[in-house]
Amino acid sequence: MTKKKKNPVWAFFASVKLALFLLFVLAGTSIIGTVVPQNEPAQFYVQQYGASTAAFMQRLGVPDMYNSWWFLGLLALFCLNLIVCSLERIPQAWRLVTRDNLATPVDRLRKMGIRKEVLLKHPLAEAEKEVASHLASHGWKTGRRAVDGGTLLFAQKGAWTRFGVYIVHTSILVILLGAIIGSPTVARKILRSPNFAFKGSVMIPESREADYVWAFQTHEKINLGFTIRCDYFTIEYYANGMPKTYLSKVTILEDGKPVILKDGKTTHYLKVNKPLTYKGVTFYQASYQPYPDFIVTLKNETTGATRTSIIPAGKQINWPDIGASFGIINRETLGEVVRRVKIWFTDNKDKPSRFWIETGREAIIERPSGNFSLMTKQLYATGLQVTKDPGVWFVYVGCGMMLLGLLVAFFMSHRKVWAFLHEEKEGETVVLLAGSANKNKLGFEKRFASLVGSLQR
Amino acid sequence: MNSSQLFGITTLAYLLSSAFYLALFVFKNRKLGSVASLLAIAGVLVQTVALGLRWYESYQIGIGHAPLTNMYESLVFFAWCTTLFYLFMEFRFKARVVGAFVMPFAFVAMAYASFAKGINQEISPLIPALQSNWLIAHVITCFIGYGAFAAAGGLGLMYLLKKRANNRNLSAETLTGSLPELRVIDDLIYKTIVFGFMWLSAGIITGAVWANEAWGTYWSWDPKETWSIITWFVYASTLHARFTRGWSGTRIAWLAIIGFIAVFFTYFGVNFLLSGLHSYGAS
Ligand code: HEM
Repeated sequence: MTKKKKNPVWAFFASVKLALFLLFVLAGTSIIGTVVPQNEPAQFYVQQYGASTAAFMQRLGVPDMYNSWWFLGLLALFCLNLIVCSLERIPQAWRLVTRDNLATPVDRLRKMGIRKEVLLKHPLAEAEKEVASHLASHGWKTGRRAVDGGTLLFAQKGAWTRFGVYIVHTSILVILLGAIIGSPTVARKILRSPNFAFKGSVMIPESREADYVWAFQTHEKINLGFTIRCDYFTIEYYANGMPKTYLSKVTILEDGKPVILKDGKTTHYLKVNKPLTYKGVTFYQASYQPYPDFIVTLKNETTGATRTSIIPAGKQINWPDIGASFGIINRETLGEVVRRVKIWFTDNKDKPSRFWIETGREAIIERPSGNFSLMTKQLYATGLQVTKDPGVWFVYVGCGMMLLGLLVAFFMSHRKVWAFLHEEKEGETVVLLAGSANKNKLGFEKRFASLVGSLQR
Repeated sequence: MNSSQLFGITTLAYLLSSAFYLALFVFKNRKLGSVASLLAIAGVLVQTVALGLRWYESYQIGIGHAPLTNMYESLVFFAWCTTLFYLFMEFRFKARVVGAFVMPFAFVAMAYASFAKGINQEISPLIPALQSNWLIAHVITCFIGYGAFAAAGGLGLMYLLKKRANNRNLSAETLTGSLPELRVIDDLIYKTIVFGFMWLSAGIITGAVWANEAWGTYWSWDPKETWSIITWFVYASTLHARFTRGWSGTRIAWLAIIGFIAVFFTYFGVNFLLSGLHSYGAS
């Protein structure tokens, strides 16, 4: 231990000065990436800052500065600092917690800032019992030891709170560990297993499926090992036209068969803020793409024959099995989203009908040969962001630890109470009470005063 | 009565309260201080009702959500948190003049929310990304922290003023005579920062959880996130400077002010000067 302390390298990494310096430098350099737009194509920087400045920036990794060698280096240094500094101090904290406080010399008690003398008109043994039970009734469980000329009682609370700081410091390491475990770059370059952790996306048209995603940075194809099908996609709007919900209905398939998930269902509604996780892979509703095609369901109410298919607009479709021909001859759109379509429809008896229907609604068509029910829906692809982050639980646990540790470190303290009793005269015992707290001394002083006050009465 | 009228009354109450606190600071008449406190309390009560009413109104027009979802609502909430935090401090630590340095923040936030161009006061429906309980937790935790940091910044300013006057031996008779002792201000700054730091940490964490629920990335170094971590670093170093290197007084007062500048930039600067995911400024 003492040898280590003399090692200048160790001392350097154990110093809080370095920590302060690193915190300031991290805060300062982080600003760069909020001023210089990040992850733009190289051309962008040349246009914005000129060729030579842009080249300089590229060399320093400014366009992706939070992943640059020097920023990651600073973070690594910060971690090392944190580890060494804590290793240096935890043994000290341990000694403080496990110290034999009954060995405290009585002279020390007489010099403590928080102390008080009380006279009890009992012999020592009785007084000792009274003081001990009084302290116990306030939650101070005392130990005792006979010392020179009397008895020493001692009790403490919250000794473990000395470790609060280290819970906070450890939590930072746990969070960063989680970030490393969940990093796609680490998975690809170090573990050589892009499937271990990735972020990507995939567009799936309704009624189609995908068993892969495209990784964000590398644009590589990553196989999921299972299949996801988009059954349905829709957008709901508020009255003022703002989008209210983006909703995908999806099914997970293994070997072509729908999988029953934890909630006992096979189909799932994906919404923004309501992702779906399967085998550690999480799917997020991220975007969508409307197509010029339509999904049409047509039913002959007389024969019961039904057919569903994807058809393009502006083309005559003949479905003899249903007994009808039809086509979409016009569209009314809002942006890229089709609200209404005009249908041309015939059952080859009488003149064809032409009419507007809303997409997504069923329409009943009365024809000479009987009724038909028709539903059209614009074809969409749902855009899913797909993430596999095995480190996220470390991050969450770290975050919880941090909040817990901060609470302990800031708002709880290690408090100690001593009582030294000695018989001055036959049947009269002088009790010297003393206390200390490592934080919130004012609050402790008040507690101590009321503890002593109630003993006197 | 609708909520915007009540917010108007709140703004007025905060203005008058700030004026009376300043008057207390200048004239040292205790009655002025009582009026100032009463105005602040009345203001915060009216504002509480107004917040509840705005929430209720949002349900009436069929888009029900907590009033915490755009720039206007966040400013109003900031003013509420700051005033509540300040009043708590006043009662707990009996340091009334501090109001002269804190209540103006609450007033300015309300006034800015009400009168600045480009701040939409309407209750608008939530886009899908904002429909999350984590958002509510995120905004509440962040703004309690911001309220505390505003108070810490005000206290820092107060410390520096008092210190200057003391250095010129002016304190007893002049302006700063009514301020608490330096030692007391220093202790208050520290306690306030500790409190704020807890909540800022919680705010960053709830924000990360929300981002992960909505986009599958808990941290993406977008400018707002980055500035919040910069702010966090500043306060972390302030706290370490204090309890490991024994910094106190002027240096901590300056750091409290620098910290609040960082908070201010996280909250405003990022919206108006930089671009990113957080769309508050745009509405
Ligand atoms: C941003 C990251 C950090 C956070 C959030 C943090 C948080 C804390 C907290 C909450 C305390 C307890 C304060 C108290 O006693 O009331 C503390 C104490 C301390 N921290 Fe940190 N810390 C960080 C980084 C570091 C680093 C990198 C070092 C490395 C040297 C360090 C060294 C210390 C020391 C020496 C103490 C005092 C421990 C004691 O009381 O014995 N901290 N820190």
